[in-house]
Amino acid sequence: MATVPALLTPTGSAPAALATDGRFGDYGGRFVPEALVPACEEVERAFTDAWADPRFRRDLDRLLAVHAGRPTALTPAWRLSAELGVTVLLKREDLAHTGSHKINNVLGQALLARRMGRGRLLAETGAGQHGVATATAAALLGLRATVYMGERDIERQALNVYRMEVLGAEVVPVRTGSRTLKDATSEALRAWVSCADEAHYCLGSVMGPHPYPTMVREFQRVIGDEARAQCARELPTAVPDHVVACVGGGSNAAGTFAGFLGTGARLVGVEAAGGAAITHGRPGTLHGFRSYVLQDEHGQVGEAHSVAAGLDYPGVGPEHAHLADTGRVHYTTVGDDEVLAAVHRLARTEGIICALESAHAVAWVLRAATSGELPRGCTVLVTLSGRGDKDIATLMAARDGAGDVR
Amino acid sequence: MSAATVTGGALHRHLGSRAAAGRSLLVPYVMAGLPGWAELVGEFAAAGADAVEIGLPFSDPILDGPVICEAAERALAGGTTAATVLAELPGLAAQVPLVVMTYSNIVLHRGAPAFCAALRAAGVSGLIVPDVPFAEAAELGGACGAEGIDHVLLAAPSTPPGRLGEVAQRSRGFVYASAVMGTTGVREHLPATAARLAADLKALTGTPVLLGLGISSPASARAAAAVADGVVVGSALVRDVLEGRGPAEVGRRLAALRTALDEA
Repeated sequence: MATVPALLTPTGSAPAALATDGRFGDYGGRFVPEALVPACEEVERAFTDAWADPRFRRDLDRLLAVHAGRPTALTPAWRLSAELGVTVLLKREDLAHTGSHKINNVLGQALLARRMGRGRLLAETGAGQHGVATATAAALLGLRATVYMGERDIERQALNVYRMEVLGAEVVPVRTGSRTLKDATSEALRAWVSCADEAHYCLGSVMGPHPYPTMVREFQRVIGDEARAQCARELPTAVPDHVVACVGGGSNAAGTFAGFLGTGARLVGVEAAGGAAITHGRPGTLHGFRSYVLQDEHGQVGEAHSVAAGLDYPGVGPEHAHLADTGRVHYTTVGDDEVLAAVHRLARTEGIICALESAHAVAWVLRAATSGELPRGCTVLVTLSGRGDKDIATLMAARDGAGDVR
Repeated sequence: MSAATVTGGALHRHLGSRAAAGRSLLVPYVMAGLPGWAELVGEFAAAGADAVEIGLPFSDPILDGPVICEAAERALAGGTTAATVLAELPGLAAQVPLVVMTYSNIVLHRGAPAFCAALRAAGVSGLIVPDVPFAEAAELGGACGAEGIDHVLLAAPSTPPGRLGEVAQRSRGFVYASAVMGTTGVREHLPATAARLAADLKALTGTPVLLGLGISSPASARAAAAVADGVVVGSALVRDVLEGRGPAEVGRRLAALRTALDEA
């Protein structure tokens, strides 16, 4: 990226030094083996340096524009708004390359990896969205990619496994524990210990040891920054009354909220009823950070269960835990049935088949508009974190009345 | 965290005096909850262990390789909890100090002070929590100190010199020197990174320096003893248990390691 022309993107916020110790109130930190601490410190130094470097920001903005298709649209949901009596605006991360917001983070981390002289990316994936995005960024920048994926998820997500392979990534099956996302994350951390000198761990959400929660939020804040500017053009009030996003690990929500924390907007994070770490978890440490974690009465980490595989994570990013404690963000849950209904409602009113993860945010809007929690005439920004193509088989299974559509 | 001048507790004194007498220290690992684990503690003591590590299983052990991961899964599937294990320990009448090894969530779930008090009540004298690195260790170190539990810290080949000095000074009982950049597991030879780390640590502290991670065979134990004060052996022994060998037979493997160390 030696000769990159200046870009016309709406994300040209001035680079600022990033001062953080990785603590969000009582949460966050760096709970990893001593062997990994230097690797985390190196990522922290490299990111802090890069994020304050206008050339790095320009390179990233250009990749986001010409490869990922940013800025993504802000779409007024005209028919749904008329039906609900509230103004709904959709931030369309489903239109980003690879079909979700995950590309924002991986392009940033892949550029950073190259800047650090690393030739390979390690990643964990659950449903495969972050794995596909990582494989994509690696191909784009000429890096190798190794993606850890639970054996059960590999069986359930054969299409995404093959997408990663087409993109040149190696997919490593993980056979420990529940053989799903949490085990894939543990395995990626284990692998990183032995290859930190040549590989960068490209973590997929606002979790993990410091600096990942901060770094991934910064790479995702493009969602919130764009939406803020777009809302200012679209709404007479400039800022929406409510800002809503789904929360698994919490990266699309963190990116969205980053653009609105300094406004008067009410922020709402929607968890899956079966994977609600904030709503049903208690403080603990998992995968290098302290936050709310789903666990049993003995401190063993539980499995999350949601129709949306991307929300099947028993923890949540530490900044969300802090935002919940301070009350700045309201966290709530919706169930699988509401989510499936929301996919169909949005599809038929707006012509958008959103991801099951994103449908959690939509489902809450449907419920809150009905209950009056969203007053008539108010304005609501909803981040659609991804598109629903990956979920068609799940939707078909639900239609056919399969008992378990997970 | 206890001040650097604090001498340490029972484990610290026990291992320190044995090492000072010229003995190469041997600390085997037992995954609590596997069949015969309690009996195995006694077999290990009889076979020449200087202390025994008691692993409390955790669902997501990020420093452990396939053998210990499988052992933890099996132990958890059998209903093992920290409480059930700690309740059994006093009945073992162990002839050597016991050191609990587990992950931070198990400790923080009760709160570090309550967890350390429970360790003390169970007769445990040391604690290793591999996902609490030095920079995060203040709270846990304080809780350990308040209960007279020796908080064993880990050092790794990647640890920079400044922090290596702090780890060496603050660690109690022994310094756990990670022989390799990797997870626990069975390895044929002593990794090349081990000798350098052990030598660096020994220059920084009088506390015994034990090499662990991947030390499996009498030959690698002997090589480790030549550069360090002793070894921690886990996966090679746990693999025997997983393959169905009884405490007496696994104890014989440890005795062979003891012999190798004594000949070193």
